[in-house]
Amino acid sequence: MALFTQSFIITLFLGAIAAGIPLLLAGLGEQLSEKTGVLNIGLEGMMLFGAYTGFLVAWSSGSLALGFVAGAAGGMLVAALMALLCVRLGLNQIVIGIALTLAAEGLTALLHFVQFSRTYPRLDGVPTWPIWPLSEIPFVGPILFDNNVVFYLAIVLVAVFAWVYRQTNLGIALQAAGDKPAALDAAGVDVTNTRTTAVLVTGALAGLGGAYMSIVVAGVFVPFMTHGNGFIAIVLAMLARGRPLWVLGGALLFGGSLSMTTALQVAGVDIPTDVIQMLPFAMVMIVLLVAGRKAALPQALGESFVRGSR
Amino acid sequence: MTEQQVIAAATQSGAQRDGLARFMRVLGLGVGPLVVALVLGGLVLLIMGFNPVSYYAYVVQRAIFSPSGFEATLTRMGPLLLIAASLIVAFRAGIWNLGGDGQYLLAAVFVAAIVPLTLGVLPVWANLLLGLLIGAAVGALWGLLPAILKAWQGLNEIITTLMMSFLGVSLANVLVKLAFLDPATTTPQTRTLPVEARLPRLFDTSVSSGLIIGLVAVIAVHLIMTRTSFGMRLRLVGANPRAAVHAGLSVPTLTIAVFAISAALAGLSGAVDILGTHGNVRADWNPAYSLTVVPLVFLARLNGFGSIAYVFLFSALTIGGESAARRIGVPSFYSLVIVAILLVTLGLAEYLDKRHQERARR
Amino acid sequence: MQALDQAPAGFATTPSGAPVVALRDVTKRFPGVVANDDVTIEIRSGEVHVLLGENGAGKSTLVGMLSGLQQPDEGRIEIDGKPCVVASPKQALAMGIGTVFQHSMLVPSLTVIDNFALGGPWWKRPDRSGIAAAIRDAAKRLALRVDPDALVSSLSLGERQQVEILRALMRGSRCLILDEATAMLTPHEAVALGELMRRLVAQGIAVIFITHKLNEAIAYGDRISVLRLGRKVGEIDPETLRGASESETIERIIALMFGTSGSGEGSRRERSPRDLGGVVIDVKGLSSDAGRIPVRDISFSVRAGEILGIAGIDGNGQKELAEVLAGQLPCDSGSILLSGSEIGGASVGERRNSGLRYVTDDRLGEGTVGTFPVATNFLLKDIGSTPFWQWGIERPQEIRLQAERHVRDFDIRTPGTQTPVGKLSGGNIQKVLLARELTGAAEAVIFAKPTYGLDVNNIRATRKRIREAADNGKAVVLISTDLDELLELADRIAVMDRGRLVGIVGNDDDARDAIGRLMSTGGGE
Repeated sequence: MALFTQSFIITLFLGAIAAGIPLLLAGLGEQLSEKTGVLNIGLEGMMLFGAYTGFLVAWSSGSLALGFVAGAAGGMLVAALMALLCVRLGLNQIVIGIALTLAAEGLTALLHFVQFSRTYPRLDGVPTWPIWPLSEIPFVGPILFDNNVVFYLAIVLVAVFAWVYRQTNLGIALQAAGDKPAALDAAGVDVTNTRTTAVLVTGALAGLGGAYMSIVVAGVFVPFMTHGNGFIAIVLAMLARGRPLWVLGGALLFGGSLSMTTALQVAGVDIPTDVIQMLPFAMVMIVLLVAGRKAALPQALGESFVRGSR
Repeated sequence: MTEQQVIAAATQSGAQRDGLARFMRVLGLGVGPLVVALVLGGLVLLIMGFNPVSYYAYVVQRAIFSPSGFEATLTRMGPLLLIAASLIVAFRAGIWNLGGDGQYLLAAVFVAAIVPLTLGVLPVWANLLLGLLIGAAVGALWGLLPAILKAWQGLNEIITTLMMSFLGVSLANVLVKLAFLDPATTTPQTRTLPVEARLPRLFDTSVSSGLIIGLVAVIAVHLIMTRTSFGMRLRLVGANPRAAVHAGLSVPTLTIAVFAISAALAGLSGAVDILGTHGNVRADWNPAYSLTVVPLVFLARLNGFGSIAYVFLFSALTIGGESAARRIGVPSFYSLVIVAILLVTLGLAEYLDKRHQERARR
Repeated sequence: MQALDQAPAGFATTPSGAPVVALRDVTKRFPGVVANDDVTIEIRSGEVHVLLGENGAGKSTLVGMLSGLQQPDEGRIEIDGKPCVVASPKQALAMGIGTVFQHSMLVPSLTVIDNFALGGPWWKRPDRSGIAAAIRDAAKRLALRVDPDALVSSLSLGERQQVEILRALMRGSRCLILDEATAMLTPHEAVALGELMRRLVAQGIAVIFITHKLNEAIAYGDRISVLRLGRKVGEIDPETLRGASESETIERIIALMFGTSGSGEGSRRERSPRDLGGVVIDVKGLSSDAGRIPVRDISFSVRAGEILGIAGIDGNGQKELAEVLAGQLPCDSGSILLSGSEIGGASVGERRNSGLRYVTDDRLGEGTVGTFPVATNFLLKDIGSTPFWQWGIERPQEIRLQAERHVRDFDIRTPGTQTPVGKLSGGNIQKVLLARELTGAAEAVIFAKPTYGLDVNNIRATRKRIREAADNGKAVVLISTDLDELLELADRIAVMDRGRLVGIVGNDDDARDAIGRLMSTGGGE
């Protein structure tokens, strides 16, 4: 078929990765929060804030690396509020999560406007680090082994998270914080601190994901640019349950369907973006319909922990 | 701040016996966070190099004291109030319908697609009525799947409604671009309902009668939830599902009823916005009212009248903010910041109050 | 944290016979309740010390204080003779007190090994093979079979308990608290646990075994302390226990647990013989698997004006029976006739409308909505009924008048009818429930543990209501774990054991002994 030319497929895969990496990072973060029993609805806000701070620092310092660090820090800042209000003070996680998302939307748009008015300065392209000689492999090489640092980092993080969850005391403690906080408390580990740390790491990852969107994918910050990605990442994390590899698969699948439009346009097929964008959500609903009750979540999800109450 | 606590707080504020101390407490809880939020918001403005006093003064002047601005504020309230009504029903019954945006937009698209076509067949009033019915029906239909999953499978409705919302927004765009395109224009949008066939304006003003529909809806919902047996059943399910089973209520049936009403009201909001203000739907248009109104109804502690006040406040903030964006240069997104800060300060106040009371009890 | 990586050479112990842990004159108060009143208990190594008492006797609070979850208001805890503050569960463990709670404290989604590793330094990898070897080793010494690689969620409740005991020992516990350890176990598992306790004390461990089951206390205990209403009412030391026959001990304990015969209120039957009406409730062959405890083949009938007591150790299907009768749980087979018509398939509301009332023991969990006003809670089961609603619209005047009437008639102490019911005391919440269930056209009333957790005055008031209900010609089913209460109120008493009715006795002079026998043997003689 003429449709599946090499350029079409490479466009598709590169697009899937570009759109998938932010989802992957944020999804890994959300998975961590959910594992410890915090439903982090504010993820979208953390991504957006990270996208803004990341872009701003990268643009003003000229250093992309600083930009990524600032993105992670920005996400973490929002997460710190979330941790304070929901984990420490036990306020409703859903309402505060929505509030933080709104705050991030308003604040970043506001700050961007103050700084740049209605102009949208662009960043230079992000340099890639080819891993020679793998980068020379035809077809796979340019997609997987000639990419930027954050991409490699995200992939490594999948392995790291999988390893931490399965092989370390930390992983065991995280699992207990979400499944049976009282058991973790009895074992002498502070549940609140465990959850706070998890939420902060979630914020950093979501912020990094946001920074990836503004610095790498778009090269520009546009208000509201995360556009529901945070919510998709929440769903990804829920469907993947404890398994980081599943977040990777899901992120690429979602990313792929998001990038399908561009790829199809390259191939000369004109389908509205929205048809393609519907696919991942429709897929999730079908999965939920079929899996039904089995889409289990940690026992203590969304509940704050008070010692002695069962 | 769970819905039970919100209701508890609302119930407490309803008790009139305890006099001044209680009144002061409610006042402190209701107004204190607002003042703190405005001050914090002012600090944000100050940091950005604007004078907060002149900004607030300008917003109030434009949105409330100028006739055209005030009319715009009131018109904007119509759809927002319907969304508020939709959320109050759901939250009071303990159901997190976060899918209002999809329900709203799909309803808006169907109304915009059908009503201009039936205009020639039906008299104007019947056509408007048809539009409202279509909106409510489409909204309710889009809430059906999460409702069934929740009622029969016990599936978390936060996720399903969010998913259906994204799906609905995309589907709405697809419909506008592919199925309901106005052949007469090149911009991707639906046919436009002529101004004279829209919801009538109130008296000699430019205020749409959508405001009346919104007010009626939110007051009706408030009265139904607080004054009727049906509302009592919903509140019982929301406050304590086990007590509802003990009292012999069918929780699944009530869950589906709540979803139907809540989603229908969100759909109605879309219909009112189209029939009253916009007349058509452009591609990629999505005002995302629902998630914005969530904090507002929580600030109002799920009280209908409180919600009217907060919706008015928010509406004025956005209308005034839009003017200020043009004049002073503070972008209109500022209103989002205020709402978010307000919610956080209110949450903190609630928490401090709880701590204070617990300490007093010991 | 104990280093679990090194397999312990043996379990930590103290010289046999010395008090490892002691509570001295301990008092603990909660709002409105004195949970423990001046309790002194010594726990010695090499002994199974049984804390015996009904629910609400204060056993859980004692456990809470020993395990570091709660602090005593007065008195002190001594460890090895030295006064100590047990500030947290972690500290309790460090002092050698390990607790196995009634509800499992294992993480279900982790393996046995990982549950043992829980709490280790976070940056380290757990030494899984070392822990597994240690588990196997320790299990062998106690003749247990534990699969270290099994996921906890795949284990039975008895197996989980063994794992928890093992974990507590491997963390260096010299004193092991087993809180209601047999409550969730099958009879077979309970026997196995008893044997395990004997093996533990043989190795020099001190065991505190909390239970409300008489036969278990006698079978496995060396020393028995009986708690009643927060006070320690007696202790049977090992010599006495060994010296007496089982029936003598049972008699002695029952006297301690339920108050001695011939003295105090409630020993006398206050029900005068009188004419009973026709059969109102007629249950035949009722079975249901829907609840936590399956209910099997229940048959009984209650006539108008009669009180049928249902005795039994808590958790033997009484709650489930009540819920099946009320319609909250479906019945799988059998029939329930109410005044001659079948209601087995009817909904909760339909049963209520035909005159069946149910006073639940879970007053705040399902009986009321704590945040709703008192006036509203009176009507939770009659939402939409006239005259309180007309065409579905509330009539506040009617609701208020009824509420004021109820508050007056039932002597409910509340600031107002609009006060959230959750702010009232337990006794007043119970009065709200009684007012709701006993007014209107009631024909039959089921009371589930109606005086559980109440103070003496409210107990008296509640019992009076129950008597009045019967005197007014209602058929009453009274479920209670308080034998005195049943002997005071009931005309006949049925004993329930493991989901079955094992016998029904008339409330005559021999009733106490007969019930005691049925309760301790499960009717199996």
